[in-house]
Amino acid sequence: MKPKHQRLTLALLGLGAVVAAALLAMSALKDQAAFFYAPSDVVKNGLPLNRDVRLGGMVAARSVKRAPDGVTVRFTVTDGQATTPVMFAGIVPDLFREGSGVVAEGRFRPDGSFVASNLLAKHDEKYMPPEMAGKMHETKTLKQ
Amino acid sequence: MPALHAFANPARFLKVARPLTPVLIWLGVALALIGCWAGLTLTPPDYLQGETVRILYIHVPAAWLGMGGWSGIAISSVAMLVWRHPLAAIAARAIAPAGATFAALCLLTGAIWGRPTWGTWWQWDGRLTSMLLLFFVYCAYIALARADADRGGDGRLPAVFGIAGSVLLPVIRYSVVWWNTLHQGPSIGLTSSTIDRSILWPLPILLAGATLFFAGVVLMRMRMLLARAKSEARMRRMARP
Repeated sequence: MKPKHQRLTLALLGLGAVVAAALLAMSALKDQAAFFYAPSDVVKNGLPLNRDVRLGGMVAARSVKRAPDGVTVRFTVTDGQATTPVMFAGIVPDLFREGSGVVAEGRFRPDGSFVASNLLAKHDEKYMPPEMAGKMHETKTLKQ
Repeated sequence: MPALHAFANPARFLKVARPLTPVLIWLGVALALIGCWAGLTLTPPDYLQGETVRILYIHVPAAWLGMGGWSGIAISSVAMLVWRHPLAAIAARAIAPAGATFAALCLLTGAIWGRPTWGTWWQWDGRLTSMLLLFFVYCAYIALARADADRGGDGRLPAVFGIAGSVLLPVIRYSVVWWNTLHQGPSIGLTSSTIDRSILWPLPILLAGATLFFAGVVLMRMRMLLARAKSEARMRRMARP
């Protein structure tokens, strides 16, 4: 084996080891590195009470109710398997709409509802001109 | 890689690099300008985001080169360690600041894009955080490679770092698949794209333009680093009693 081939083998082995280590670390991080909880995670793992968490999912169709005070808005977040009612008082982002993705920052209440202190809109990876949107738009922002 | 052995002689490399540099840079600038013009005037707005979507014509090429730059550093590092190619270490050092600039541009345009669409400049989600890490790793590489060169090192340490850092590339790519993130999933795959054709078409022009520009800047920096090494060697010879 020429020294050159020895070095090549070493470099490839090193690269493989580093990638394998990273993949192991990433899969171990799978739950901790999640940016938000989905409603079904909460059903599965229990309510994270008394700490700030993020709740993400789709705003359920026909669930947005605006209170007469003009700032309070109630809606349901769904991930297709479970739903969580959310209350938020404040200005919602422009892209906040029914059937679209949302990430709410706030706390759970013991009854399972969620009080948001901030709302973030989450859009999907599809981009298209407005005239096409009516024909083929179906949001699948949340992966299952 | 026998073809590259021809360039083991820096003089032969410079003979090709010198005329190639302005060609790459100006062709890249021209394509980028055409792409920007097309992206700003000829494409329709997005159904959801409206005109804001146009920042993708800057954001995507910046992300592409931020990650492509590190791929270049990793390949050069392997060539340096395995084949001891004399230009490989120079190439990796030449790429680093250019790649870091595009990574920073990606983070900046992402923040500017995130504010109107998501409602936030910055969130610690998997994609944003891993891209920020790549930027920091670029900065560390630049410092390490310079310190190594200043102390007359053989460039082996930065090369190992360059290979180890490439771990971040799949993490960035698949962060939006592995974890739930605020950033949307991948739009562009190898064979298909979820961006409608009418919005997508200027993007390849911009990707090509930015890549040519990047290559031109790297050649320019390689010539600079070679010239500096030459002048330093001459100074040392003259300083000898």
